[in-house]
Amino acid sequence: MPGVDDIERGVAVGDQLTKIRMQVMWDRLISVVEEQAQTLIRTSFSPTVREAGDLSAGVFDLEGRMLAQAVTGTPGHVNSMAVAIAPFLAEFPLETMRPGDAYITNDPWLVSGHLHDITVVTPAFLGDRPVAFLASTIHVVDIGGRGMGPDGAQVYEEGFYIPVMYLARGGEMNDDLLRLLRANTREPAQVEGDVFSACAAGEEGARRLVAMMEEFAITSIAGLASHIIDSSRSAMAAQIASMKRGRYRHEVTGDGYDAPVTIAATLDVGEDGITADFAGTSGASKFGINVVYNYTAAYVTFAIKCAVAPDLPNNYGSMLPIRTVAPEGSILNAQKPSPVAARHVIGHMVPDALFGCLHQVVAEGMPAESSMMWNPMLRGLRHVDGRALPWEYYSFHSGGMGGTPGADGLSATVFPGGVKVVPIEVAETVAPIRYRRKEFRPDSGGAGRYRGGLGQVIEIESATGDPFEIQAMFDRIAHPALGREGGGDGAPGALRTSEGRRLRGKGLQGIEGSDVLVMELPGGGGFGAPADRDPAALAEDLAEGRVSREAAERDYPEALARLEREGRKA
Amino acid sequence: MTTKARIGVDIGGTFTDGVLELDGRQISLKVLTTHDAPERGLREAIDRLVEEAGLAPSDIGLIVHGTTLATNALIERKGARTALITTEGFRDILEIRGEDRYDHHAIGLRLPEPLVPRSRRHVLVERVSAAGEVLRPLDRDAVEALVPRLVDDGVEAVAVGFLHSYRNDAHEQLVREVLDRRLPGVPVSLSSEVSPEMREYERFSTTCANAYVQPLMMGYLGRLQEGLAAASYDCQLLMMLSSGGLTTVDMSARFPVRLVESGPAGGALFARSVAERAGLAKVLSFDMGGTTAKICMIENGEPQTAHSFEVARIYRFKKGSGLPLRIPVIELVEIGAGGGSIARVDAMGRITVGPDSAGSEPGPACYGRGGTDATVTDADVVLGAIAPEGFAAGTIPVDRAACEAAVADNIGSRLGLDIPMAAYGIREIVDENMTAAARVHAIECGMDASARTMIAFGGAAPLHAGRIAEKLKLDRFIVPVRAGVGSAVGFLLAPLGYEIVRSLHQRLDRMDFDLVGATLGQMEAEARAVVRSAGGGLDDAALTTQRIIHMRYLGQGHQIAVTLPDGPIVAGTVPLLRASFEAEYARLYSRSVPDVDIEVLTWVVKVATPAAPPAAASAAQAEPSAARPVGRRPMFDEARGASVEVPVYERAGLPPGAVVEGPAIISEMETTTLVPAAFVARIGADLVIDCVRKSVRS
Repeated sequence: MPGVDDIERGVAVGDQLTKIRMQVMWDRLISVVEEQAQTLIRTSFSPTVREAGDLSAGVFDLEGRMLAQAVTGTPGHVNSMAVAIAPFLAEFPLETMRPGDAYITNDPWLVSGHLHDITVVTPAFLGDRPVAFLASTIHVVDIGGRGMGPDGAQVYEEGFYIPVMYLARGGEMNDDLLRLLRANTREPAQVEGDVFSACAAGEEGARRLVAMMEEFAITSIAGLASHIIDSSRSAMAAQIASMKRGRYRHEVTGDGYDAPVTIAATLDVGEDGITADFAGTSGASKFGINVVYNYTAAYVTFAIKCAVAPDLPNNYGSMLPIRTVAPEGSILNAQKPSPVAARHVIGHMVPDALFGCLHQVVAEGMPAESSMMWNPMLRGLRHVDGRALPWEYYSFHSGGMGGTPGADGLSATVFPGGVKVVPIEVAETVAPIRYRRKEFRPDSGGAGRYRGGLGQVIEIESATGDPFEIQAMFDRIAHPALGREGGGDGAPGALRTSEGRRLRGKGLQGIEGSDVLVMELPGGGGFGAPADRDPAALAEDLAEGRVSREAAERDYPEALARLEREGRKA
Repeated sequence: MTTKARIGVDIGGTFTDGVLELDGRQISLKVLTTHDAPERGLREAIDRLVEEAGLAPSDIGLIVHGTTLATNALIERKGARTALITTEGFRDILEIRGEDRYDHHAIGLRLPEPLVPRSRRHVLVERVSAAGEVLRPLDRDAVEALVPRLVDDGVEAVAVGFLHSYRNDAHEQLVREVLDRRLPGVPVSLSSEVSPEMREYERFSTTCANAYVQPLMMGYLGRLQEGLAAASYDCQLLMMLSSGGLTTVDMSARFPVRLVESGPAGGALFARSVAERAGLAKVLSFDMGGTTAKICMIENGEPQTAHSFEVARIYRFKKGSGLPLRIPVIELVEIGAGGGSIARVDAMGRITVGPDSAGSEPGPACYGRGGTDATVTDADVVLGAIAPEGFAAGTIPVDRAACEAAVADNIGSRLGLDIPMAAYGIREIVDENMTAAARVHAIECGMDASARTMIAFGGAAPLHAGRIAEKLKLDRFIVPVRAGVGSAVGFLLAPLGYEIVRSLHQRLDRMDFDLVGATLGQMEAEARAVVRSAGGGLDDAALTTQRIIHMRYLGQGHQIAVTLPDGPIVAGTVPLLRASFEAEYARLYSRSVPDVDIEVLTWVVKVATPAAPPAAASAAQAEPSAARPVGRRPMFDEARGASVEVPVYERAGLPPGAVVEGPAIISEMETTTLVPAAFVARIGADLVIDCVRKSVRS
């Protein structure tokens, strides 16, 4: 039976069969990275990876071009990892690589934008020749420094910085690095365990990849790589070509840390691709909400894919027609040593900014603005046998998504990130905290023909009566999620204690042991004029307590009047 | 007559399958499912079986029954008007879910509607801590005060779910006590009984699903029992559980949610029995029908089991798009790949297959009923895998022209492929999809898909088993007889058994042995009581107990199952457990993790009657004999790009010991087995088609 190598050697043996084999191998690569991601989830330690799915896994060719990526994972990792291999290749040329090697970094400027994300790269060997790379990025629970929060003034305050280096050499783990890592984190066991887990996942992926090459009798994946990249690039280009050419501008503004941050986006839909240019965007912040270029580009790719090609797989080829330009030194292309730990706070606004541009060109329109993730990092001391032991707890909560051109926004649902919440019962088992409330926040969805999703109210107290601290990194308190096409704005968020103390949206703050932390998460913006709301939908909102009578009278007088007229008739 | 006959009945979406077994012989049949009153179809199946066997109802000793009724009620949202009573402050857990999206890029993402709307979710002041202490007591008067609201609302079933009730169920019990008195006839489901495990969303979701299907299932089971009694079937009726065990009608009425996956569970038991009789330790069970394929790993005679499952997925079988249920289930992966799955070309010029299916109306293009989509079955017809004279020995004819046109129009012309090559592409992709699903599923179970024997059943599986075996690098696959009614056969093989799962968090290095002992003892007593009553007063000595704990390194999210030794758990047991866990972990992930504590989260007690010892296979190893083909037909060979003549055998005419060299086609009434060129088939004990890779044949 002819192998695909025959084709790579230029021997034409059944073009038709080759086409089918190429696709089967492509499908197999996607399965390889999915197996890699599942291994990672099953073996990882940090709740951020195992419960929340804050990870990514991908396979790359020898030029460092990403060929396939697991669907498991969050967009910030997924797309920023796509460029992660080049710096490793620069440090470790191919000819120096040996079976059993693994490489590591958490350099925010090389991969996904903050020190908490560790990337591990594993070369796959066919015999003694490297043939591909497997990479995974994981969000570890703690990397030392000030902890996960926006208060740092420089990246050096934000934790342990690992340049591109060996994690394993010829099968031997780099014990010196692991000792340093353990000594520099508050959660040494979890973090080291996660690094082992990324290593195991890379090895698993490499084994599967090599098995595939043996099955199809190929000695290089170069031909397969070109096929994947060419087909994906032309499919993405064709989608873009169907859009109306032009320049579309939109701005969004968020709270920032100490001053509002504006993201100014210009989307240039051209002949051979789309360029997102962020000229006019606010400069870098003095605090850790700055975004590195890779992370900005990741959410640009995400937003455009959502709008024009949600079903295309993620790879180097499908990303090629999408370009990102962000002024150096702006908050979307912050330079070292800017602090970056809480970069998602601003990075997650990028899709809303681009949706505003895309709404002008995509026929069916784009959703109104969403509420952003509110991920409280809580910490304190727990007293056991007369000793005070530090504890940390981190979860991902979300407000409402924006109303869409055909449906109400989803309530209390993460967007644009892709992570899951930690269950209350798990949280209360692992940390000395207690939830008092976690419920929808009625009337928080922006009014509209399609209502914004509801935010939620979350109350947390100490389970022991000891004080605790919150690292706040929440936006949309001064600047709510805006409506679109006449839709109303979502309710802004609020952060306070039950004793009435107002808390800042950003930064480390203390909560007394007797007090309760109250987080009122913002709602999503509404889509379309509230006057056009279907009275039946309003009736359901009233019956379900999502919209109060008073709010209905204020926001939906037309629909309410119709409802009552028809109610009288009935 | 010394023994009584036993009957297994599986009510599926289209057919109700029945099997009657007497003295080791079986007869089987299929009747159409009667959706308006499923018990009618069931009765028809039973009556016909009894008649065909020349028996009377009084000759039947046992009826084992499984049904998709509860599943369908959840999918179609046709259950009871259900209320949820929960902890104040947490009214929306059921609707907030995990706050995640199952598809990142879908802007218009839809989420499954909660079974209980917000207006029917009521809160009461109460709170229990993670350690089980009462922080705020529940006031009986507050429960009483809720009753009129439930009555006014016309509530037909009530679910009760309080935070941490898996540690302390006193408040949930109090609610039931009040409601049982004030609302007689309205069933009450407690989360601490239905699913006593940590993770509030999954527990409440399971409890609501139980309540939601309870009135329907109670009514159905009641009518069924009355009808059977009236027709003089005075034997016991047992219900098949999704875990692969059997239980009484009473327990089924209390926990109907445990019946949801009974059909596929029966299929897995069928495969297990085939494996046992063939003496196979590592098996991959592969069941492929018209719309989906199901894959299950079976190891040492035990199908993989799990404690969570997702029902009623609303989007392309995608994980996260359904309702989570935490119940004991036989763990299997189900994907949208069947004979009717539709093939298309996507934007990148790739062939996609499924998950949508042409169903039975209009069905694949080759049925000639106006279907124009190209399906997997159409590809099989084009390639010559399915007999040109049609299905079921020619009783359903094949419209070859329509079939070729569908493959050409939908795939061939778009990709520049000839019709047979396009059909080959469809087959390769659907086979690759199933292979990938098997691999990823194996990883999720912490196993390896390779080095297994595949057992293939269901109408479409024998056509695809060979290629999937090649892709998974398996050396052997087996096609048993009666593969078309595998689930109903499996029902008759199920042990009487019941499983209780409980969350109890313990560190290995500081275990509370008294608490552990008391908990395990209570769980075992409870499970034994259920099984004893199902067995009609079985002796305790006749039951076996298996205790399994789920362990992980402190801080990890996924657990590894380790079987507990018999006897009390004491300090001396701990090093044993640590060693078992670390050995298993290292086996799965090639290395263990140094210096990390180990914790136990989930405790499982399974009580069952001992599984029937594998009956001696029906025929002794017969002498090999060359089989004689009944004809030849052209099959497409992709390497040559042309058809080659392949011998065709009739399964019914092959005696034990008959040897068939691949490539070959073995046809029978319900299906066709393809023997790839690299394999040789032999008719083995129990008349199975046993296909072994030529290179490993001894």
